[in-house]
Amino acid sequence: MTEAADDLPADIAELIGVAQYDTVGDFPVERGYTWTSAASVENANPLFWDDAVADALTDGPIAVPTLLSAWFRPHHWSPDRGEGLALQVHFDLKARLGLPEAVMSDNTIVFHEPVRPGDLLRTRQILTSVSGPKTTKLGSGRFWTIDVEYLNQRDELVGVESYTGFGYQRPTDEEAP
Amino acid sequence: MALDPALAGLTRLTLADVTVGDAVPELSYDVTATTVVLGALAARDWRPMHHDHDFAVNRNGTRDIFLNTPNQAAWFERFITDWTGATGRLGRMTFRMRGSIFPGDTMVFAGTVTAVDTDDTGCGWIALDIAVTVDGDTKTTCTARVAVPTTDDDNPWTRTGDRWQP
Repeated sequence: MTEAADDLPADIAELIGVAQYDTVGDFPVERGYTWTSAASVENANPLFWDDAVADALTDGPIAVPTLLSAWFRPHHWSPDRGEGLALQVHFDLKARLGLPEAVMSDNTIVFHEPVRPGDLLRTRQILTSVSGPKTTKLGSGRFWTIDVEYLNQRDELVGVESYTGFGYQRPTDEEAP
Repeated sequence: MALDPALAGLTRLTLADVTVGDAVPELSYDVTATTVVLGALAARDWRPMHHDHDFAVNRNGTRDIFLNTPNQAAWFERFITDWTGATGRLGRMTFRMRGSIFPGDTMVFAGTVTAVDTDDTGCGWIALDIAVTVDGDTKTTCTARVAVPTTDDDNPWTRTGDRWQP
């Protein structure tokens, strides 16, 4: 479902429901990231550590499912384009709406076909809603929701993530309680 | 079908093992700066509020660096599959951050089974409500749907296409 606040600038309202940044990942899925991710949360699931278990259950190694978003995050720096930003639609909204700070509040991940080492994923971002102006304890701004779809090199859907973010300006000294 | 020898002795929760209201075994973990930084870098999240104390405090206005969203997802995955075993296959998870988790916090994961059912394709599903608390304060809530075997020879990971409805 898509939704736009009535006061939203027209150029942003027109982007709602439109797939943007259809992008192929910078690199094939690496098994090393699975081990680093599993290590970071001390996940002993043998599916990721024991090839015999992976062969028996998933016909070979798979990536940690919750690493989904990592596969399209750009390198922190690369020679051809400098620093890159993941979830570019989020940063576009921050810039366009003049909201320098942002936090993510809700995140839904739906898992489809397993991601496997060597896969080269493709992603696209879809802005699905932007709220009217809101004020929270962080400051004044807007909430927005962005869907990110991920497909593998066979065009099989491997997952969809939906992010809800709040872009805001911190209260000025005069506004602070 | 005989159980693959590679799976002998492994945790293998089946749908028949689970009832609505069951508790998932708690997981408690002492968070350090390394937990936060390693988790962020493992997910290729280079944003400074997850590794730069000064940026987190003076730019974001938070107490310290804090766990990032993708790494919290990895913690939820671990919490769930510690319980289901490797045959548990995540279908979806939705989580909401209510507060940040910082170095020095002891985070506690607790979960309850809210539904047990089988879909039209015969896939067995468990729905969970999960919360992460620090000193009793809820920091993140999560609802999750995970597929588990319905029989001794069932394996949710073999489901694909229309037979996988997460």
